[in-house]
Amino acid sequence: MTDLLVSAAILLPLSGALVMVFFGKQLGEPWAGYLGTLTVVAAFGGAAIAAADFFTGTGETVVVRWFDWFPAFGVAVELRWDPLSALMTLVVTGVGSLIHLYSIGYMHGDARFGRFFTYLNLFVASMLILVLANNFAVMFVGWELVGLCSYLLISFWFEKETAAAAGKKAFVVNRVGDVGFIVALMLVFSHFGTFSFDEVLEGAGGLAAGTATAIGLLLLVGAAGKSAQLPLYVWLPDAMEGPTPVSALIHAATMVTAGVYLVARAAPIFAASEVAGAVVAIVGAATALFAATIALAQRDIKRVLAYSTISQLGFMFMAVGAAAYVAGVFHLMTHAFFKALLFLGAGSVIHGMHGEQDMTRMGGLARKMPITFATMAIAWLTISGIPPLSGFWSKDEILGSVFERGGLWVVLFGVGLLTAAITAFYMTRMMWLTFFGTPRWADGVHPHESPRVMTFPLLALAALSVVGGLVNTPFRTSLEHFLDPAFELVALAHPPEGSLALTLAGASVLAALIGIALAAVRYRTFRTEEGRTWRIMGRGYYVDDVYAQVFARTGKLGAAWLAFRFDARVIDGAVEGTGGLVRRIGGWMRPLQTGFVRSYGLAIAAGSVAMLAWFLSRGGL
Amino acid sequence: MTVTPGWYMALAAALFVIGVGGILLRRNALVMFMSVELMLNAVNLTFVAAGRELNAIEGQISVLFVMVVAAAEVVVGLAIIVAVFRRRKTASVDELAGLKG
Amino acid sequence: MVELVLFILFGLVALFGAVTMVWARNPVYSAMGLMLTMFSIAVFYVSNAAHFIAAVQVIIYAGAVMTLFLFVVMLIGVDNEESRKENIPLQRPAALAVIALFGVGVILAGRSAWVTGSRVSGLGEIDGSVERVGSELFNNWLLPFEVTALLLIVAATGAIALAFFRDDEETGT
Repeated sequence: MTDLLVSAAILLPLSGALVMVFFGKQLGEPWAGYLGTLTVVAAFGGAAIAAADFFTGTGETVVVRWFDWFPAFGVAVELRWDPLSALMTLVVTGVGSLIHLYSIGYMHGDARFGRFFTYLNLFVASMLILVLANNFAVMFVGWELVGLCSYLLISFWFEKETAAAAGKKAFVVNRVGDVGFIVALMLVFSHFGTFSFDEVLEGAGGLAAGTATAIGLLLLVGAAGKSAQLPLYVWLPDAMEGPTPVSALIHAATMVTAGVYLVARAAPIFAASEVAGAVVAIVGAATALFAATIALAQRDIKRVLAYSTISQLGFMFMAVGAAAYVAGVFHLMTHAFFKALLFLGAGSVIHGMHGEQDMTRMGGLARKMPITFATMAIAWLTISGIPPLSGFWSKDEILGSVFERGGLWVVLFGVGLLTAAITAFYMTRMMWLTFFGTPRWADGVHPHESPRVMTFPLLALAALSVVGGLVNTPFRTSLEHFLDPAFELVALAHPPEGSLALTLAGASVLAALIGIALAAVRYRTFRTEEGRTWRIMGRGYYVDDVYAQVFARTGKLGAAWLAFRFDARVIDGAVEGTGGLVRRIGGWMRPLQTGFVRSYGLAIAAGSVAMLAWFLSRGGL
Repeated sequence: MTVTPGWYMALAAALFVIGVGGILLRRNALVMFMSVELMLNAVNLTFVAAGRELNAIEGQISVLFVMVVAAAEVVVGLAIIVAVFRRRKTASVDELAGLKG
Repeated sequence: MVELVLFILFGLVALFGAVTMVWARNPVYSAMGLMLTMFSIAVFYVSNAAHFIAAVQVIIYAGAVMTLFLFVVMLIGVDNEESRKENIPLQRPAALAVIALFGVGVILAGRSAWVTGSRVSGLGEIDGSVERVGSELFNNWLLPFEVTALLLIVAATGAIALAFFRDDEETGT
C-alpha cells in the first residue's frame, strides 16, 4: 500500500504534465490549472496517508523498486520512503498544491496558461524524484530535472529578453555546481562501488578523512549551485524574472532547498569529515550575512525576497554544517511556509499593482489589500523571528545548536544573530515601503485585492507559518522524534537547555526587535537610499559585474580565439590542407588520364606483360 | 611430324598479339572492335586445343559461352559506335577524348 | 600428315587475314581479313575434333557478326580511310615495344615446364559432335546456358535503346 502511494506521488503530477503536454492548449484556462492542482493535491493526500505510520512512530523505511536501470553497476530506480523524504514530499506537495491553486488566479489570462501548469506539474514530479530517490544516480536525475524545470519556468515569458537571459544564467550557474556533484558521485562510486544510499551512508564512517572531505566539499559545490550559496548564488536574484508563483514554489520553498536536503541526506559523509561540515557552515553563515546586506538596498520587492531566500538558505546550510540536521530541515520546512507566503503575497501585490514591482512606487497598500497585508504581516513577523511564530523556533534552534558547538562556532552564531537583526530590518523596510505611508502609485494604477483563488493559499500558508513551528519547540521535539530514524547514523547537534537556551532565545528576539525598531523609525516616512554604500549594496557588491568581467569576458575571449584563430587556422587549415594535398596529387596524376582509349589499352597491355613477367619469374623458366 | 596442341597455342598467341597491335595502333573504332574479336577467337582456339589435349569437353563448352558473350558485346558495341557516329560524325577514338584529365 | 598440311596452310591464311585486318586503311578490307582468319580458325576447330563449334564459328562469327560489322562499316562511310599518321606521341613505339615484350613473354612461357609439362597428348580422342556438346550443355551447364539467353536479351534491348537516340537530342559537334 505504501509503495503504491509513494509511486503515485511521483506518477500523478508526471501524468498530469504528460496529459498537458499534449492537451494543455485544448484544456485551456482554467481546466489545465484544475487538473494540475488536483494531481498535486492527490499526491499530497497519498503522501500524508503513507506517512501516517511515521507520525505514530511505528513507520519503517520502505524501498520501492521500480526497475533495473544499469544492472551492470547495480543501479536500480528505487524510491526511499523514510521520515526525511516523507517530510520533504509533504512540504513539496503541500506547498505545491497551494501554489498551484494560487497560480490559477495569478496566471489568469496568460496566453500559455496550459503550458505553465505543464511545467509546474513536471517540476513537482521532478522534485519528488529528487527527494524520494534511494540512490545518488536517481537523485541526480531529479536534480537535473528540477534544474530543467527551473530554467523553463524562469524564462517562461521568454519574449522578455531579461527573462530569457535569466533562465540561461540559472542553467549555466547550476551547471557549474553540477560538475561538483558529478565528480562527487564518481568519487562515491569509486569508493563504494554503488550509488545506493543504504550502502554508501552506512559505509561512510569507514571513509578516510581526506576522501570524506573531498566528497563532502564536492557535494557542497553541487548544493551551493542548486541552493544559491556563495559564490554560486548569482542566478537566484535574476530568477525573479519568472512568474511569481514560480519564484515562490521553486526559488523559495522547494527546489533551492535541494542542496540542504542533499547535505542532510549525505549526513554520514559530512559526519566523517570535520572539515567538510565546518566549510558548509561557514559558507552558509557567510551567505546569510552577505545576502542579507544586499537585501537591505533592493527596491524591487521580489529581489528583496530573493536575497532574503539566499540568506535563509544560508541559515539552513549553517545548521546542516553544524550537524544540526533536524534544525536545518525544520527551518527548511518553516521557511517553505513563510517564504512561499511572502512570495505569494508579493505576487498578490504585483498582481494588484498591474505588474509594478518597484517598492518606491507602492506605499499605502494596507487598506487596499487587507488580506494580502494581514498575511504578509504574519510572514514578516515570522521571518523576523518573533515568538511564537514558526520562524522563531527554527531559527532559534539553529542558532542555539551552533552556539552549543562552542569554540569558533560562536563566531558563526554571532554572524547568525547579526543576520537575524538585518533580516528583521529589511523585512520591516519592505513592509513599510509597500503597505504604509502615502501612496506613490504610477498613474492609472488602481490596486485591488486579489481573487479568492489567490487569497486562500495566502491564508493557508499564513496559518501554517503561525503554527508550523510548534512541531519542534524546545518543549516538544516532535519533529526530532519524527526524523530520528533518518539520522540514526549520525550524532545530531542539539541546542542548549535550561537558562542558556532562554538567554539565547532572548538574544535572538532582541536582535529581531532592534532590527524592526530601527527600520520602523527610519522608514516611518518614505525615503530612498542614497549614498555610496547603499549603491554598492543595491548592486549586490558588483558581484555580477565581476563575474561578467572575469568569467563571461574571458570565456568570450577564449571562444573568440577558438572561433577566429584556432578554427580558422588550425581546423580549417587541416581541412583545406587535406583538400589541397589531394588536389595537388590529382594535378600530378592528371596527365595520366589522356582521354585516349588507346593509351589505356597500352597501359593494360603493359600490365599484362608485367604480370606475365611476374608469373615467369615465379614459375621459373 | 605431328601437330601438337602447342602449335595451336603458338598460332593463337601470334593471332592474339596481332589483335593487341590492332587495338594499340588503329584509331578506327570498328577496326579496334575487330581486333577484340580476333583476340577472342585466338583464345577460343586455345580452349579447343587444350580441351582436346586434356580430353575435356568443357573446353568446347567454354568456347560456346565466349561466343555468346562476344556476340552480345558486338551488338552493344556496334550500337554504341553508331550512336557516337551519329552525334560526332566520326569513328576515330582519338577524337572521343572528352574524359581527358 | 593431313593435319600438318592443313595447319601450315590455314595458319598462314589466318596470320595473313589478321595482319590484313590490322594493316588495311579501309575498314572493309579489315573486315574481309578478319573473316578470312575466322574461317581458318573454323578449320582448326574441325581438325581439333570440335565439329559443332566449327559450324557455330562459321555461322555466328563469319556469318552474323561479320555481316553486322560490314553493315556498320557501310553505315558510317566506306571511304572513311584512316591516315597512317600517329597523333599520340610515343604511342606507336611504345605499343610495338609492349607487343614485342609480350611476344617474348609468350615464347618463354611456351617453353617453360609449367605450361607444357602437363601430360602426354591424347589427340583425336575427344568427341565434339552436336550430340556430345548438347548433352553436356543441357546436363551440366544448363543454368549458365539459360543465363546467356538473358544476356542476349539485355544486349538486344540495349542496342535498341542506343539506336533510338533522336537527332534533336544532339549536343556535341
